[in-house]
Amino acid sequence: MSEHVDTSRRRFIGGTAGAAAGMSIAPGVFLNQVAQAKPADQPVTSENRWGMLIDTNKCGDGCDACVRGCMEENGWGDINDSEPHSAPEQKAQWIRIVELRDTRTGYAHQLPLMCQHCKHPPCVDVCPTGASMKRADGIVLVDKHICIGCRYCMMACPYKARSFIHEDLQDQLVVAPRGKGTVESCTLCVHRVDRDGADAVPACAEACAAEGHDAFVFGDLNDPNSEISRQLALHGGTEIRADLGLDLGVRYRGI
Amino acid sequence: MKKTIHFREVTNNGTGYWGLIGILGLIVAIGLGATYYMEHHGHYVTGMNNQIVWGIPHVFAVFLIVAASGALNVASIGSVFGKAPYKPLAPLSGLLAVTLLIGGLAILVLDLGRPDRLIVAMTYYNFKSIFAWNIILYNGFIAIVAVYLWMLMDPSKKQYSSTVGFFAFLWRLILTTGTGSIFGFIVARQAYDAAIMAPLFVVMSFSFGLAIYLLVLMAGMKWTGRPLGDALLRRLKNLLGVFVGGVLYFVLAYHLTNLYATEHHGYEHFLLLGGGIYTQLFWIGQILIGSLIPLAMLYHPGLGRSRTAIGWACALVILGGLTQMYTIIIGGQAYPLVLFPGMEVSSSFYDGVVAEYSPALPEFLLGIGGFGIALIAVALAVKVLPFMPQTLEDAVADPHHGGATDAAAGKAA
Amino acid sequence: MTRLFKPLQSLVLAVGMAFLAIPLLAGAEVPRPDIPQANARYSEAQGCVEPTEEMRKNHMEYILHQRDETMRQGVRTKQYSLEECINCHVPKPESGKIVRSDSKEHFCSSCHSYAAVKIDCFSCHRDTPMPDAEPGMHRLGGGKGHHFTETETELTADVLRAATEEGLQ
Repeated sequence: MSEHVDTSRRRFIGGTAGAAAGMSIAPGVFLNQVAQAKPADQPVTSENRWGMLIDTNKCGDGCDACVRGCMEENGWGDINDSEPHSAPEQKAQWIRIVELRDTRTGYAHQLPLMCQHCKHPPCVDVCPTGASMKRADGIVLVDKHICIGCRYCMMACPYKARSFIHEDLQDQLVVAPRGKGTVESCTLCVHRVDRDGADAVPACAEACAAEGHDAFVFGDLNDPNSEISRQLALHGGTEIRADLGLDLGVRYRGI
Repeated sequence: MKKTIHFREVTNNGTGYWGLIGILGLIVAIGLGATYYMEHHGHYVTGMNNQIVWGIPHVFAVFLIVAASGALNVASIGSVFGKAPYKPLAPLSGLLAVTLLIGGLAILVLDLGRPDRLIVAMTYYNFKSIFAWNIILYNGFIAIVAVYLWMLMDPSKKQYSSTVGFFAFLWRLILTTGTGSIFGFIVARQAYDAAIMAPLFVVMSFSFGLAIYLLVLMAGMKWTGRPLGDALLRRLKNLLGVFVGGVLYFVLAYHLTNLYATEHHGYEHFLLLGGGIYTQLFWIGQILIGSLIPLAMLYHPGLGRSRTAIGWACALVILGGLTQMYTIIIGGQAYPLVLFPGMEVSSSFYDGVVAEYSPALPEFLLGIGGFGIALIAVALAVKVLPFMPQTLEDAVADPHHGGATDAAAGKAA
Repeated sequence: MTRLFKPLQSLVLAVGMAFLAIPLLAGAEVPRPDIPQANARYSEAQGCVEPTEEMRKNHMEYILHQRDETMRQGVRTKQYSLEECINCHVPKPESGKIVRSDSKEHFCSSCHSYAAVKIDCFSCHRDTPMPDAEPGMHRLGGGKGHHFTETETELTADVLRAATEEGLQ
């Protein structure tokens, strides 16, 4: 079985265009850090806390590869002709490119914005039924089985990360069930995380790497040896609206 | 000298009564039809979207829920604060409190993305959610007020009415605090995240609830040919004036606090000056039509004695209340989230721009349908049970009226 | 009070009688459902993931249990997963012919429409297999061994996942 995991790791390193391998991390440490992906019948635990670090300096001008990658993976958006009846303001957006311009200096750049997978998520606090939930490993999800579509989480989310589905859907992808009258948002590609563990690469990160920008690092914030933790320790990272004290799973550099 | 007041069912059986039932029934049916239309197609047929997630239905629903707890005030003033003239007004007050709440909740539930999952809302509770508390508070309110009505209307239980009334009064304060906190607890948005939301909503409930109560009382007494004394009416309209002034005071305190904090200048500028429709609704709808004009009418030495003028003042308070709900709920959402202070932001998801919202007709129909549910329930209830006193003429209901009236009303507030 | 209850009583009575009449009018005519054949077997001995009688009676319990474990704990075993139910029981969409959950040819609906029980799965879950789906069970008559025992060398993601699972079963 370890043979399989090795293969998957090699595939991962190859798939991310050598970026991970190029990091100044001793190969031995890297190997240690790659705990095997969680067995399918085991629950996730709080030993891990999955997060992402996004380097906006690497984010290509006008590039929206991450957004398209997410659409392809999860089946939302125009490229899938999802929600044909809904007006543009009504269509779901799991991840979006936000363009920023400093009003004083004129400095302009862009960044991808999605669910920030807070440690203390306001959407989970306000949800009356508990449909808005955080897994033990820090991934914030909507349990659409008990979502009643009240949209209070959308009112409460500081990042406007959530969307409501305004019409009947068909032919959703198996990895991303979604439907009329419920709320949805970025899942951190939870299906990949459950499959690959620390080796997982969310679709946005994969698409970004394929484009050669490599702005995303996914990993375990609880593991001091993970690449994301090392980079954060080395260069720091910013949380959007850190004043709210929500302890975000998604961190940025270069804002 | 002292006459007791008897309560009687409404005996009207003519075209007037059944016409009223017919009209209200039609309003309810249209509201339900609108709901079916929206739920069948999905919310894409409404003006609501991922920016304005709560629309016109919520404006009506929250208004009715807030007014419901306020409608109970008249009974509380009698039972809790021991004001004798208010005691005969209590059963109708309790009835209106329950029906308004049911009307408001009906809208809220029918606007859910998955109204078919109402059972989920009743069986899965997240106790950190103010929404979940409210589900308990609303249901508890209906139960407590029902018991309260029983104590009020069953002569053998009369002695318990003030105890239960006190409990109901406490409960309604908590309930409105909960409703206000739905917005007060939202840390993310500039317009909300303020403790003052809870007391603001409490005072709003006093005002809106009494305005609706007064209209229903005046119409009900008139249409059933029962006398309603001028002195009693004067007490109530003066009290309404105090409440309208109270709302103005809290609105002033809210905006002054925001205006002091630079962080909130963007939102204040949006609402008070540059927000287009929201600015107009605030100044013209909420402040002028909903507060200043009715205040002037209620306290004007001449107009304040005219029942027509009092009725119109109540209607304006209700209209202003709906407008205020609109500016709070819709305006608060329309103003974009501030994620990157000092930066101009734009995106495909409408970051950094004031959100557009054009409500669709079915949303209004659902909201008005909620009013219909509340009012048809009142009209039917007063026919089958003795909620309304046979007379409210001053000699019976308010024997000590006169110069002290205004002061007493003021004190009760 | 009596005045309230008299009209109510007659109303309740009338509505009740109307409901009683429904089976008399329609009940006898409903044909037994024609349940479509699954396209694979769980094992030589057993058609479905539990004995058929058990599944007919209690499939929702298995699905519900799996639903909460998957949703909340990330448990992604395949035996009771809705994905595998669909892969095995519903034909893959083909051009010109897609068996949707609102059709009586759909495995789930064939029986649910007979029993008049609403299914609340397919407003969010797809009601057909993914075009590239590989059922976790072996093909009917494929002759291979047990659930997830394929030993093909091609390490596609699915097989890798299955292998990981098997190691713990």
